[in-house]
Amino acid sequence: MLSLENITNTIHEWLNATFNPTLALLSEFVLIGICAIALFAMLGLSLVLMERKVAAYMQLRLGPNRVGPFGIFQTVADTLKLMMKEGLTPDGADKFLFNLAPFVVMIAAMMLLAPIAFARGFQIWDINIGVLFLSAVSSVSVIGILMAGWASNNKYSFLGAMRSGAQIVSYELSAGLSIITIVILTGSLQISDIVNSQENGWWIFKGHIPIVISFITFLIAITAETNRAPFDLPEAESELTAGFHTEYSGMKFALFFLSEYINIFIACALGATLFFGGWMPFHIGHWEAFNQIMDYIPSSVWFMGKTFFLIFLLMWFRWTFPRLRVDQLLSLEWKYLLPISMINLLVVTVMAIMGWHF
Amino acid sequence: MIEELGTTSEGYMVINIGPQHPATHGVLRLVMTLDGETIIKTEPHLGYIHRSIEKMCESLSYRQFVYVTSRMDYLSSHMNNHGCSLVVEKGLQVEVPERAQVIRVLMDELTRVASHELWWGAMAMDLGAFTPFFHSFRERETITDIMEETCGARLTMNYICPGGVMADLHPDFQKRVKKFVALFKSKFHEYNELVTGNIIFQNRMKGVGILSAENAISYGCTGPVARGSGVSSDIRKLYPYEVYNKLQFDEVLETGCDSFARYMVRINEMLQSIKIIEQLIDQIPEGEFQAKTKAVLKLPKGEFYQRVETARGELGIYIVSEGGTTPYRIKFRSPGFSNLSALPHLVKGSKIGDLVATMGTLDLVIPDIDR
Amino acid sequence: MFITNYIKDIFNGMKSLLTGMKITGYYFTHHKEIITEQYPDNRATLKMADRFRGEVVMIHDENNEHACTGCSACELACPNGTIKIINKFELNAEGKKKKAIDTFVYHLELCTMCNLCIIACPTDTIKMEPNFEHSVFDRSQLTKVLNHTGSKIKAGVE
Ligand code: SF4
Ligand code: SF4
Repeated sequence: MLSLENITNTIHEWLNATFNPTLALLSEFVLIGICAIALFAMLGLSLVLMERKVAAYMQLRLGPNRVGPFGIFQTVADTLKLMMKEGLTPDGADKFLFNLAPFVVMIAAMMLLAPIAFARGFQIWDINIGVLFLSAVSSVSVIGILMAGWASNNKYSFLGAMRSGAQIVSYELSAGLSIITIVILTGSLQISDIVNSQENGWWIFKGHIPIVISFITFLIAITAETNRAPFDLPEAESELTAGFHTEYSGMKFALFFLSEYINIFIACALGATLFFGGWMPFHIGHWEAFNQIMDYIPSSVWFMGKTFFLIFLLMWFRWTFPRLRVDQLLSLEWKYLLPISMINLLVVTVMAIMGWHF
Repeated sequence: MIEELGTTSEGYMVINIGPQHPATHGVLRLVMTLDGETIIKTEPHLGYIHRSIEKMCESLSYRQFVYVTSRMDYLSSHMNNHGCSLVVEKGLQVEVPERAQVIRVLMDELTRVASHELWWGAMAMDLGAFTPFFHSFRERETITDIMEETCGARLTMNYICPGGVMADLHPDFQKRVKKFVALFKSKFHEYNELVTGNIIFQNRMKGVGILSAENAISYGCTGPVARGSGVSSDIRKLYPYEVYNKLQFDEVLETGCDSFARYMVRINEMLQSIKIIEQLIDQIPEGEFQAKTKAVLKLPKGEFYQRVETARGELGIYIVSEGGTTPYRIKFRSPGFSNLSALPHLVKGSKIGDLVATMGTLDLVIPDIDR
Repeated sequence: MFITNYIKDIFNGMKSLLTGMKITGYYFTHHKEIITEQYPDNRATLKMADRFRGEVVMIHDENNEHACTGCSACELACPNGTIKIINKFELNAEGKKKKAIDTFVYHLELCTMCNLCIIACPTDTIKMEPNFEHSVFDRSQLTKVLNHTGSKIKAGVE
């Protein structure tokens, strides 16, 4: 069967047979880089379109429907427009930091791609601390946001950046704690191990209540970490016009915009990996025939399906809920999510030690 | 006072909200002194959309000046026109036919629903929820369609004129209004499910923007803002005009004094307006839609005052006449201006997010404030 | 007690959020509720209300005749100087000089569609058209002459 794993293996063998190992490794780097950038562009375009369509249908509208069939080229046209626009740097801004910030955010988002398992055996880097790497690098983007807000020399941007700092730092905690529950149950930080541990059932469907709770906290935390409504305070447009990227225009703005969507993708991919079994097909107990059919669906489709389902959930939140106030945002984290996830972690640990889970 | 770097001598940050800002819904400028996110002081600066309507009216005849008032509070243009027509009729001592009175009240109440509908959507949008805006526009659109059919315009109708109304009702009017009432009733529960009951929304609204009854009176607040503080101020009840004293409806009063109370007043007012519409829609009396008036109207020498209840509160119209064909002096007491004056008091010490929420519950229409 | 309240709060909060999501979810899946009008595409079927006030036009009959006497009542009724009536003097059949309309200048860019001129006109010569597509590239194109070229007043209208 044609699968991504076979393709990568064939390419790998062919490269190693043709060139010496260093050259082969280098060309693999280049290939991966090209693939990653292509994936970025595709994700950015499709997620923005998806967001606009989802929003439109929830708001009794049609959404983009002029450029191409069903408006599928709308985002391409928008990107072209953004590229044509002048990338303005305000007069009082710290020029170097101002121009650096979008790239910091973007590169942080790109680095997150490394340990994600897109399909069976299709992973850039199966690092043994995969989950830790993800949660560590994802906090780097806050530096870019703070940079952008500070360097813009604009009070709106500044307020937005400060909000973003407080928000990401706090929600990192409960995101981390809910990830740890799965790590404890799996006993490994490696993404491939976590996926393999869900061979005979995804964690969310195994019937452990603490895991459902940690899934909910995880969902809330990643919504906050990716600055999505109802936690979009850093860019709350009715309060701060556009928050930390008020002063950005053209392609620099597009990079912020793109990295926001990439971050959503990564966060949802992580969620899918931890709770929904990554690329694992859906299996039910001993229904062999059913399991066979499920196995027949390629693993990459499973992975993308789960990720996009989670992304849809986040979009659903965004287009339904009003925004929280900044102090409520923090009290939600410190008074509700953190205590709950700590107790939850305790319960999971006891479960793991006593061997109650399966 | 505002120094070069935008900080005060105490080290507070000074920030301009507006004149171009998504939350002000128009060109209002608020100069805010902030300590971090906390508001120390708010200063509304007005005049960005001042069109000197009062002065303009002095050079227009008594028939002409009515249409300008549609441009004040453009969301309650019928009520503005209504008030102007009433004051001219008072001066001329014209008796308006029963049919015209009923039509006027019906139009007023439809406009009130439409205005609150828009407010509801905009309010939710201020709080970051976009979807309700489109949902409220679905119902509002039905009303504007009715207006378009009968009055010939969707926003600045200029339909109510001295002596009655400009044209008779469209033959389909009753049918379409009934359809709207049915639609509204079938969709109203969504308003509560989508926004009112939402835990985030309630937390954002409850306990912020406290306006005590004494303060509401001393700032001159009227309309839903005052009624949210438990101050009875419904002109339709207190100084009934047209057929309002024959109608069964309640003045909506809430005693919460906070943003949520003001929100609930408007939500319940929509239901009361629907109640009024339902009472009248089958009882439109036959007859003339306009009283016979002279081609050129001349008010006798004197002063005339009339108040009406617009969607935002009490609109007072004061005319001084020298006996000529144009008013000598005209003065509008607009509800938005007084309600805005309470804003600095309301948001003092709260967060920027609360400013937006509180401003939303005041339901400001900037052209009404500036005129 | 504190703990039960705490849990109850969370539970009720979640429930309220889910009710909201149910509504947006309903509209997401029920596309027949969509209210978008695809404007330039539906121009053929788009019907404006017949009373809609879009612009002032002068009624001409098939003989290119109108009923405007040039009395300027509309010009006087207009609150913002949108209408300018330019009259000329014509010799009528009996050789008497008679006032008649030469040009009825209508500044669409100034008009507020208030309907006052229509009401003022004693001969019901002008009316409102429901045409709303007024955008042009040059403002001068908005200044219109309402009486058609070569048109004249109907016989019998005073
Ligand atoms: S509609 Fe009003 S503004 Fe327009 S020409 Fe007639 S009177 Fe003047
Ligand atoms: S259009 Fe009517 S009011 Fe105007 S000049 Fe002609 S007849 Fe008189």
